[in-house]
Amino acid sequence: MGINLKDASFEGWRRENGRMGVRNYVLILPVDDISNAAAEGVARNIQGCLAIPHAYGRLQFGADLDLHFRTIIGTGGNPNVAAVVVIGIEPGWTGKVAEGIAATGKPVEAFSIEQNGDINTIAAASRAAYRMVRHATGLKRTRAPLQDLWVSTKCGESDTTSGLASCPTVGNSFDKLWENGNTLVFGETSEITGGEHLVAARCKTPEIRAEFMRMFDRYQAVIEANKTSDLSESQPTKGNIEGGLTTIEEKALGNIQKIGKKCTVDGVLDKAEMPTHPGLWFMDSSSAAAEMVTLCAASGFAVHTFPTGQGNVIGNPIVPVIKLTANPRTMRTMSEHVDVDVTGLLQKTMNMDDAGEALLDCILRTADGQHTAAEILGHREFSLTRLYESA
Amino acid sequence: MTIHFVVHDEGDSVGVVVVEGLKATNRINGWIMDQDKMIDFDAKSDIPIGHKLAVKPIKAGDAIIKYGVDIGKAIADIAPGEHLHVHNVKTKRW
Repeated sequence: MGINLKDASFEGWRRENGRMGVRNYVLILPVDDISNAAAEGVARNIQGCLAIPHAYGRLQFGADLDLHFRTIIGTGGNPNVAAVVVIGIEPGWTGKVAEGIAATGKPVEAFSIEQNGDINTIAAASRAAYRMVRHATGLKRTRAPLQDLWVSTKCGESDTTSGLASCPTVGNSFDKLWENGNTLVFGETSEITGGEHLVAARCKTPEIRAEFMRMFDRYQAVIEANKTSDLSESQPTKGNIEGGLTTIEEKALGNIQKIGKKCTVDGVLDKAEMPTHPGLWFMDSSSAAAEMVTLCAASGFAVHTFPTGQGNVIGNPIVPVIKLTANPRTMRTMSEHVDVDVTGLLQKTMNMDDAGEALLDCILRTADGQHTAAEILGHREFSLTRLYESA
Repeated sequence: MTIHFVVHDEGDSVGVVVVEGLKATNRINGWIMDQDKMIDFDAKSDIPIGHKLAVKPIKAGDAIIKYGVDIGKAIADIAPGEHLHVHNVKTKRW
């Protein structure tokens, strides 16, 4: 052990906009729910591409529509994606999404279904997907310094072992990556409740602190306006409570162990916004696992670290999700979902620096191409965040 | 030596059980992580893995301290070694 991060590197794909990807997907991206069938039809025809169906994209408006576009465009623009076929019901919004992705410089083609029907659309889009798979599989991996890797974090089905061991393991590796100049993100706005003063104290400037608190207070107002109880069983979840977490404050204090001891919060992002410089970013986001990881992917993050206690099984279609746990029962009953076993931390057979190094080693191996548990098990949760009702 | 429960900080009022099948009759070993100290006493409840036990006497209305921070309030008296969870502790938020 003892990874020298300054000299560490990985082999991925350098995209047209300079960003490094660690996977090389040809994505078949529906703009809206009713284009899922055509997108899946293309993916059945053409081997080596991936359709990512989802539930939304019709009659959204205002900030909710902006978020939809930002998430869909960001997903297509992610550096783990080599090329994109965009399919929507009509040409207007379909073209808007394709243009947004094309700004990264990667190959994009747009297809719309009205006046064509599914069958003709699938035929034309399949030809485009065929060319893109040829293109993508011909691209060579190139070596890049570790600092070119964007790494996100979010925990799930947390329990008390998360706060004791698996979240501090991410914190240990984040401290090292932050010093190394990596771009990092955490979020889960509601799940900071009870520890918001600790995150605020870590903000690098008064301006960043004020913006963080504005986002935190806004989310609290949503909860206060809609709650019918103290949120027990929702936040903390039923699984969190089964795992021994009693209150949101306790869960939050475990959650924020992921930002380590040294990192400062160097900026804040709205949902699916892209960081503009290296450092640790806070993203205003849902605490639901699939929504949060989807937002991280849309913000351009290439690898995700996911501590779990009770055993959340989440993955993402385009971003490898690395799971770690310190719960010995979870290791005993569902180890196929775990990439890094840090149960030794709770019996003093492993120290925190060793655990952080084990996670960094797994991050590097994953970046070099080794598949995560979630990838092998086919977890491709793609969950779009909604802000309010459709029109 | 098996560590049965872990306490974040010696100022905390609770520890976390980290082994399966802990019984009320067990003499148990605890590790205080931040100060790297060991303590031991008797469990007074059967406590599932991941769940908490009180490591100090707690009165109804007291703040529960974990990570050196207030994580909620006791709604009943809780003796050292007793199971501490949603039946006797509630959030101060929401």
